[in-house]
Amino acid sequence: MTKPLVGEEIAKQISEHFPQAVVGFDRSWVLVNPAALLEVAQFLKDSPDLDFDYLTCLTGTDYLDYLEVVYMLTSMRHNHSVVLKLRCTRDTCEVPSVVGLWRGADFQEREVYDLLGITFVGHPNLKRLFLWDGFQGHPLRRDYL
Amino acid sequence: MEIDKLDYSLSEFDIAEGKQIEALRAECRQPIEGTEEWLDKEVRQNVIMSSIAKVLNWGRHYSTWPLGSGLACCAMEMVATSSSRFDMTRFGMDVFRASPRQADLFIVAGTLTWKMAPAVRRLWEQMAEPKWVLAMGACAISGGTFAHSYSVVPGVNRIIPVDVYVPGCPPRPEALIYGVMMLHKKIDKRSFRQQD
Repeated sequence: MTKPLVGEEIAKQISEHFPQAVVGFDRSWVLVNPAALLEVAQFLKDSPDLDFDYLTCLTGTDYLDYLEVVYMLTSMRHNHSVVLKLRCTRDTCEVPSVVGLWRGADFQEREVYDLLGITFVGHPNLKRLFLWDGFQGHPLRRDYL
Repeated sequence: MEIDKLDYSLSEFDIAEGKQIEALRAECRQPIEGTEEWLDKEVRQNVIMSSIAKVLNWGRHYSTWPLGSGLACCAMEMVATSSSRFDMTRFGMDVFRASPRQADLFIVAGTLTWKMAPAVRRLWEQMAEPKWVLAMGACAISGGTFAHSYSVVPGVNRIIPVDVYVPGCPPRPEALIYGVMMLHKKIDKRSFRQQD
């Protein structure tokens, strides 16, 4: 079984390198600042003890007050996993793209953009995936009718 | 080859074989007795008079080849229908074609989304006449549960004309077979001059 790492410990490790990056944490996840996402992700991927070389899943959620992007990371070598989260507001939802780090993020970021309207800055081909060009709105937002 | 003794030589074997071949050749050169009577009997047994429509409809009835296409979970039921337990082959329905140009029947099996709609429309347009469409399941008939959704076509008859509707979620294989049998009834009523 893949071992889920404790969010608190990961948060501590991230804070040692990037003091401003971690906003919050729980037993199972770490909440980071969107501005610091790329460097934190790079650290999680390149650090030999963590070595998160595989992005299991990238998804988004609407919590009414804010939108959340969730990154589920796995290390193939160490067989452990962690959940990384970040929050953005409904109006200014711009998040750096992680396609440069994990190629598997390509379609999943397009899906989140399509259904939740979160813009991934730096994505090579950010356009709608499930819905057609010209569709109005983002249907998985709670205020979509 | 008939050689009476057991310890025959190779040349004796060859001679016996040659005799047998000669006998077969001689036999086949004998003219058949009473050719005219025989032909008359054959013609009476094998030639039937019918209308062109009936012959064409007979052929179409027993060779409605469906297009091998599935959109959602109904496709699994369609696969089950063509497998050994239910076995559509009994009715000549199951030669699933990989190309729309070889197919007669489009079984729209499952939920049709607007994103998929142009592809389904194009597949239907690529099928050669005469062609038929069977809407399988609640989603294909009316959009089903997703009728008011932002992404689902509320019934494939908004995109292409449908001949038979098979309700269910998903329909049982028996229901699909019954639906194609209803289509067979429709095919049997076609006239020779009917174009579409």
